[in-house]
Amino acid sequence: MSTAVQINEEEDHGHHHKETFITKYVFSQDHKMISKQYLITGLFMGIIGIAMSLLMRLQLAWPEQPMGAMSALLGKWAPDGVMDPNVYLALVTIHGTIMVFFVLTAGLSGTFSNLLIPLQIGARDMASGLLNMISYWLFFISSVIMISSLFVEAGPAAAGWTIYPPLSALPQAQPGSGLGMTLWLVSMAIFIASSLLGSLNYIVTVINLRTKGMTMSRLPLTIWAFLITAVIGVVSFPVLLSAALLLIMDRSFGTSFFLSDIFIQGEVLHYQGGSPVLYEHLFWFLGHPEVYIVLLPALGITSEIISTNSRKPIFGYRAMVASILAIAFLSTIVWGHHMFISGMNPFLGSVFTFTTLLIAIPSAVKAFNYITTLWKGNLQLNPAMLFSIGLVSTFISGGLTGIILGDSTLDINVHDTYFVVAHFHLVMGISALYGLFAGVYHWFPKMFKRMMNKNLGYLHFWVTAICAYGVFFPMHFIGMAGLPRRYYTNTAFPYFDDLANINVVITVFALIAGAVQLVFLYNFIHSIFYGKPTEQNPWRSNTLEWTAPIKHFHGNWEGKIPEVYRWAYDYSKPGYEEDFVPQNIPFKEGEEELQH
Amino acid sequence: MTILLILTVLALIAIAIWQITKIFELSQPKKIKTQVADDDDNRWNGQLMFAFLIFLYAITLYSFWKWGDLLLPSASSEHGLEYDNLMWISFAIIFFTQTITQALLHYFAYKYRGEKGKKALFYADNDRLEAIWTIIPVIVLAGLILYGLYTWTDIMTVEENEDALLVELYAQQFNWKARYAGEDGVLGDANVRFLQDFDGKNIVGIDATDPNGFDDVVVQELHLPTGREVIFKMRSQDVLHSAYMPHFRAQMNCVPGMITEFAFTPTVTTEDMRQTDDMKAKVKKINSIRRENSQELIAKGEEALEPYVFDYLLLCNKICGASHYNMQMKIVIETPEEFEKWMMDQQTFAEVIQ
Repeated sequence: MSTAVQINEEEDHGHHHKETFITKYVFSQDHKMISKQYLITGLFMGIIGIAMSLLMRLQLAWPEQPMGAMSALLGKWAPDGVMDPNVYLALVTIHGTIMVFFVLTAGLSGTFSNLLIPLQIGARDMASGLLNMISYWLFFISSVIMISSLFVEAGPAAAGWTIYPPLSALPQAQPGSGLGMTLWLVSMAIFIASSLLGSLNYIVTVINLRTKGMTMSRLPLTIWAFLITAVIGVVSFPVLLSAALLLIMDRSFGTSFFLSDIFIQGEVLHYQGGSPVLYEHLFWFLGHPEVYIVLLPALGITSEIISTNSRKPIFGYRAMVASILAIAFLSTIVWGHHMFISGMNPFLGSVFTFTTLLIAIPSAVKAFNYITTLWKGNLQLNPAMLFSIGLVSTFISGGLTGIILGDSTLDINVHDTYFVVAHFHLVMGISALYGLFAGVYHWFPKMFKRMMNKNLGYLHFWVTAICAYGVFFPMHFIGMAGLPRRYYTNTAFPYFDDLANINVVITVFALIAGAVQLVFLYNFIHSIFYGKPTEQNPWRSNTLEWTAPIKHFHGNWEGKIPEVYRWAYDYSKPGYEEDFVPQNIPFKEGEEELQH
Repeated sequence: MTILLILTVLALIAIAIWQITKIFELSQPKKIKTQVADDDDNRWNGQLMFAFLIFLYAITLYSFWKWGDLLLPSASSEHGLEYDNLMWISFAIIFFTQTITQALLHYFAYKYRGEKGKKALFYADNDRLEAIWTIIPVIVLAGLILYGLYTWTDIMTVEENEDALLVELYAQQFNWKARYAGEDGVLGDANVRFLQDFDGKNIVGIDATDPNGFDDVVVQELHLPTGREVIFKMRSQDVLHSAYMPHFRAQMNCVPGMITEFAFTPTVTTEDMRQTDDMKAKVKKINSIRRENSQELIAKGEEALEPYVFDYLLLCNKICGASHYNMQMKIVIETPEEFEKWMMDQQTFAEVIQ
């Protein structure tokens, strides 16, 4: 550690090497450029993922009705403008995969971990720029493979984003389990490699490259969140990789890890002795921590933005760190709550109910701390702040229904219904997307040297906020009515006929929500080129990234890296004229550091 | 037609948003000097935060008023009542917490909206507060966990006994079958290897060398008597399925290569359920929707929809392929006498393979 710090302390000599177009914009090793690459790739994937959800919503609201939009977008997969059932399942699968992994893992964590870790801890770059570059390009390759699977003759993977075997293992079971599934598995294997390289780099950087004075207890909460997220990723992603590899073996080399006693298409298959439940365990050992891999960075971003824009210290810094650690630990021992009715021993169900409901405690602590941070603040309601408040709102609304789903008894009847869809979309989907938007609005000046348009940001937030509840609130009701998720249509059950108009309401909200994202996209692209040039520290923030020059260069700071004397949350501290005191300002005489 | 209309409206909305963005953009250099929120922005966004709180309460109330009758159709199994009780307790806790926390969040966002010259309170920590909102959830959750686990153990402890009715649920892409144990009360051994025996008449793969299997009865419509515990053994022949019976608060996955189980005691016959006020209202509502849809179909020269009559349902609730959305079986709950009579009419396995 001491050598690393020394390197950091040296003045910036070696970093002004000549850069060509290729090394600057394509194979860049500069964390700032890599973060932009992640963001733009993530947004591109997000457009595809959201468009898919809109197609699903159209199908659910007006099943069996010919629609021009369907034939235009799906071609031969929507003969006469009516979507094919296999295509619906493919959309369910790829929407989930893209949103969870490509947008909210790589797009969110990749963007902001890369941008903020070196800048906020006071480092010239990531510990290994090369690994960082490789991590991005692996992500890029896996995105290309995932997208290319959409153009396979028999269609992409369609077994749900959880790809439970045997459905995902047997091409006889559904057309998507042929080449489409192979591409899915290859894409995800590469994605996991990318994620691991990124995570190791984040961990090493945070541990070793902090500037002088940046003790762990002075780290901004963003960095705590990114660090712990990376740790969870390193612990759990390899398990998914092993599940994917075993599945590949079952599919291609005749092994029976997950398969046994199968009769399909008039034929008894040779598989003996495997168990799909084993796959479920392996999958959810990543699958559940993945929720927090998605959510923790969003919460970290929110902590930073709420504190800055409240002009108040984040309330309960120590409790915030402790709850991140508690959530991270608990997240690795709750995976079984996805499997209460999988055929697993009911006793295990009891254990997982216990650990799962415990997660509500650190989550509640976080929510109350955010609310208390607002109390008696001087709230600057910038678009980023609105999205952060919105995040707290959906985090609470979605999190609370977790009390029902995490309870093995109650899960029996709402498992895999729209109640679950409503729950996880609010608590991790919408919340994490809000975190992503908040981060983009807040750090856009740092990334692109210009400001985004605030009025378009307000329009974006308010329409999105109303539609998000408009879409997911009614879903709780159709879930409690007993409607299963992943149904192509519910017209096969006259019993559910009275849910049809709710489905129309949901779809209308979804379409408006989709449309308003175009405002964001427009604002984003337009501001990159024509936005108002930013000031040095537009939000008057304490963290170190705002001390770095606006103009980007590899190495972040001219001359010496600033030294840190205090935590990141000295907002409105008594004894100071300004309502913020950046981390690199030494203590005045007689001033005391908070005992946090 | 309606679709076209709605799509046109949406397109117009999209164009309107596009135009608004242009207006914002054009008016920008003159009016807006900064892209950081100023007092004006803080004021109107703060007010909107308060309005949003009212919106949240409004959609909650509206949804309950409009769709409240959809929540948890009344339970038709013994443990279902216990289940519902736990559900409503959890619901009450959730609503209480939701109402309070959303109010605080949005009210603070409105109340403490920024103004130039104001200074925030420097307030970074309070261990007592942290302790309060750690301990309160601990107590509430401890209660919920204990109650939940008690109920869970109660529901999931399946003890084989002579009085219980033993039924195998057999899942395949994309239909259900049920097998009754017959007079000996024992299900004969079965495996997918035997499915092709007897020219495909052995539709759930009963092992013909096991004498216990001969009196087994395989059917495509599930009949169950009231007042008697039913122990289900679930099997699947191809991919994962899930046997979901929402009215009985029952669900269990069907896993190839493994037998899973679930048990419940039905309490209300299909006929009695049809006569309840809630169900009558629901069926009436559904039929009026179906009549409306039929008119559209008739106009297109297609057949009208049949009127709906209530039946208990077994649905597949684990993604299983193209027709997952239509993998269902009718459940008929009847009095023990009716059930015995129905059972007499069914063919045993021995009769089927003759």
